Amino acid sequence: MEQFLQHIVNGTILGGTYALLGIGLTLIFGIMRVVNFTHGELYAFGAYMAYLLVQVLELNFFVSLALATALGIGLGAVIEFVLIRQLRSTDIDTVMLVMIGAWIALQNFWQLMFSGVAKSISHPFPNLPLVFGPISVAPIRLFVIAVAIALLVGFYLLVNRTKLGVAMRASFQDPDVAALMGVNISLMRTLTFALGSGLAAAAGALLGPIFVVTPTMGDLVALKAFAIVILGGLGNIVGATIGGFVLALVEEFGAGYISSGYRDAMGFLLIIVVLAFKPQGLFAAKERIG
Amino acid sequence: MSPRLTPWLLVAFFASVPLWIGNQYFLYILTATGIFIIAAISLNLLLGYTGQLSLGHVAFFGIGAYVAALCSLGFDLEFGSTVFVFPRQPVWVGFIAAIVVAAGFGWLIGRLSFKVRGAYFVIVSISFAQVMRMVALNWVDLTEGPMALNNIPPLSLWIPGEGVIGFFKKEYNYWLVLLLVVLSYVIVQRIVRSRVGRAMIALRENESLARSVGVDVTRYLVVATVVSAGMAGAAGALYTHYIRIVDPDVFLFIYTVIMVIMVVTGGKGTLAGPVVGGFIFGALPEVLREVAQPEVQWILYGIAMILIVFFLPQGIVPALANWWAAKRAKAKSP
Amino acid sequence: MTLPPALLEIENVTVHFSGLVAIADLNFRVPEGRIFSLIGPNGAGKTTAFNVITGFLKPTSGRVLYRGHDLTRLSPDRIARLGVVRTFQRTSIFGGCTVFENVLTGLHLRGTTETWGALFGLGRVAAEERALAERAREIIAFVGLAARANELAANLAYGEQRKLGIAIALAADPKLLLLDEPAAGLNPSETEEFMHTIQRVRDRGVTILLVEHDMRLVMAISDTVVVLNNGVIIAEGPPEAVQNDPEVIRAYLGQGAKRAAD
Repeated sequence: MEQFLQHIVNGTILGGTYALLGIGLTLIFGIMRVVNFTHGELYAFGAYMAYLLVQVLELNFFVSLALATALGIGLGAVIEFVLIRQLRSTDIDTVMLVMIGAWIALQNFWQLMFSGVAKSISHPFPNLPLVFGPISVAPIRLFVIAVAIALLVGFYLLVNRTKLGVAMRASFQDPDVAALMGVNISLMRTLTFALGSGLAAAAGALLGPIFVVTPTMGDLVALKAFAIVILGGLGNIVGATIGGFVLALVEEFGAGYISSGYRDAMGFLLIIVVLAFKPQGLFAAKERIG
Repeated sequence: MSPRLTPWLLVAFFASVPLWIGNQYFLYILTATGIFIIAAISLNLLLGYTGQLSLGHVAFFGIGAYVAALCSLGFDLEFGSTVFVFPRQPVWVGFIAAIVVAAGFGWLIGRLSFKVRGAYFVIVSISFAQVMRMVALNWVDLTEGPMALNNIPPLSLWIPGEGVIGFFKKEYNYWLVLLLVVLSYVIVQRIVRSRVGRAMIALRENESLARSVGVDVTRYLVVATVVSAGMAGAAGALYTHYIRIVDPDVFLFIYTVIMVIMVVTGGKGTLAGPVVGGFIFGALPEVLREVAQPEVQWILYGIAMILIVFFLPQGIVPALANWWAAKRAKAKSP
Repeated sequence: MTLPPALLEIENVTVHFSGLVAIADLNFRVPEGRIFSLIGPNGAGKTTAFNVITGFLKPTSGRVLYRGHDLTRLSPDRIARLGVVRTFQRTSIFGGCTVFENVLTGLHLRGTTETWGALFGLGRVAAEERALAERAREIIAFVGLAARANELAANLAYGEQRKLGIAIALAADPKLLLLDEPAAGLNPSETEEFMHTIQRVRDRGVTILLVEHDMRLVMAISDTVVVLNNGVIIAEGPPEAVQNDPEVIRAYLGQGAKRAAD
């Protein structure tokens, strides 16, 4: 029973960051229809920037995390502006191929700059886990879930309660009408991609201090993000949030009770099984891609 | 020079290479490139001609590699108290098994691809390859996991009068691979120029229209995937007997990416595309080895892919063909 | 009133889209060897009806019968095999292939070569390919595209692409041909040429069901016209009768029908 509760706690904490990744990608893949293979690299970018700022430049931990996220937003904007905007009229496969090229270039760039050696990021939290009855949690993890939830809530409010959010949603649901109302569609697209990328970078910056930073850390994460998006339904922010937690819990329990070696396979098996029975994802989106 | 003759002259040229190039390492590179070209040709049938965004292709390659290895090494599995022993098989049996098993998985994926379309299918195909990698990594009893299966026997062929000869010499492997490259090319050529190929291309160009003239979508998606997977499995079997070691890294996504780059930059949907692309990206790493680290090379490949998509969207072969045609048109008109 | 035997029967077809009724209890019969037109204002349900008949949409209730066969549950390719072929309003061609290849592809049902034959077949397969090529050239000449046979379909002018769409459909050897707004975007002389082509197709024994906006064309070539409005049939009969039907005039606000009557 204690193990069960511990798994729930671990899964929930990890789920928070998975949700961030999922939301970012559901905007980009689900709404903008871009098969974004660079999403994992933005995650890695966030982690590497956090490393650079905290370890190398020795800035304040919390400032560094915020800055890493901001830089992630910036990189996302650049990618959209330079690569995707030019291709807007072409089909989904072409954009996907460009994203693959960008993914390879970026990942090898980290490898070149930082070498393959795993980097760790020091944090100001005590290392001794807090114990609540049968459950123990490291303080940094509590910090991570707190920030993740804050970002999730903030993002949800942004998209649903602000004028900017309305403009963003309008430009994808009905571009012609939105344009007539004075919304700058190109700007909205760049902003959406940038925000989605920023969330991925935030997830990387948050998890960097808990795990280590390696050049290939983005690969598995990217695929899991796709799993989450499919689970939650393309473009469905709430679905992606729930999907993130579901995937993390499935991984935790699968690794705990079945086999830890297959932990990372859980996500992929989940995708295959879900799509085999519900080809449109769990919370089916109205239109199909392709 | 007649366009019909050129391909045969090229084949003759390449067949002659081991006779005047003694450098063993060079032969090794060409042979490995040849194996990748076969895989690229198979991917081209699915991606280029049928328009299926399959990014899990390395799964079929890896399955072929492991099946061939396991068949020629033999293996035993324990199920509780019973032990299932699979005896060593001659190389050619493993080779056929590799093709059949890979094609079988191709059939499964082909049937799945009809239900799951477009970008969803991309994700499913990638996931499939990842699951295969996890299985290879974790089912240690069967696959030795990361310890790899090694001491795999080399390719061998039955030569009349000599019996079965193991190909320990690089030249024999090279010629066998060259033969199989030509065979793969011809297989795909015959398919795409037939009624079957027209149906596949129709699926790529306009699926609704294809259905309205009676093309059974599921059937041709499955045919394309099965042939493509079987061919990739054959390439995997070649790889296993050539390198003689196979480990779970054979399922890495990066190898699918390499194949995709070869097909796309060479020219998807053309017969020569994967050959040209395969050659460039097979040989390039070696050419650049002295000049640039692997990371830098990969950055360049990533950028090259982006540039080609932007500026030569059809790939190198069609761009060259258009340029050549334009030149001839100019030469004809005063 | 005796009618020739019905080739196509639409029986009580209803289509609901999440609360919205696109077609309600549609009933009509298309007799063999005639040109039958389906018209109505935008949103009347014409394209929905079309998609139901050709298997691209499953109705909420009702049946579509073709020579007694129930088409309702069949997929589009099976329906094509029975002899019912449609054209498309947009995306009507295989853009990356030449005109010749387009029509050859349309001849898919005429051939029998599968993978084994493609790889190993010799004489018989080659003979089949030659016969198909011959037939393709015939059809290309029939629609008047012989001069453009080796051109990439995507490079054709709009009017030529529409002709190619017809050619592809004809290649599939239809007994019943369904044309989805075939004259959309054609200029008057192209429409005139198209009209003659359709009549020649009808003369070859093909029954034609047409969905169209161009009243002149519809009134000139149809044997029977059915008018749809808000998912319900409001008139059915020969062109002259329908033109003067007050219900029809009201539905169109007097514009289309009146103009055709002048």
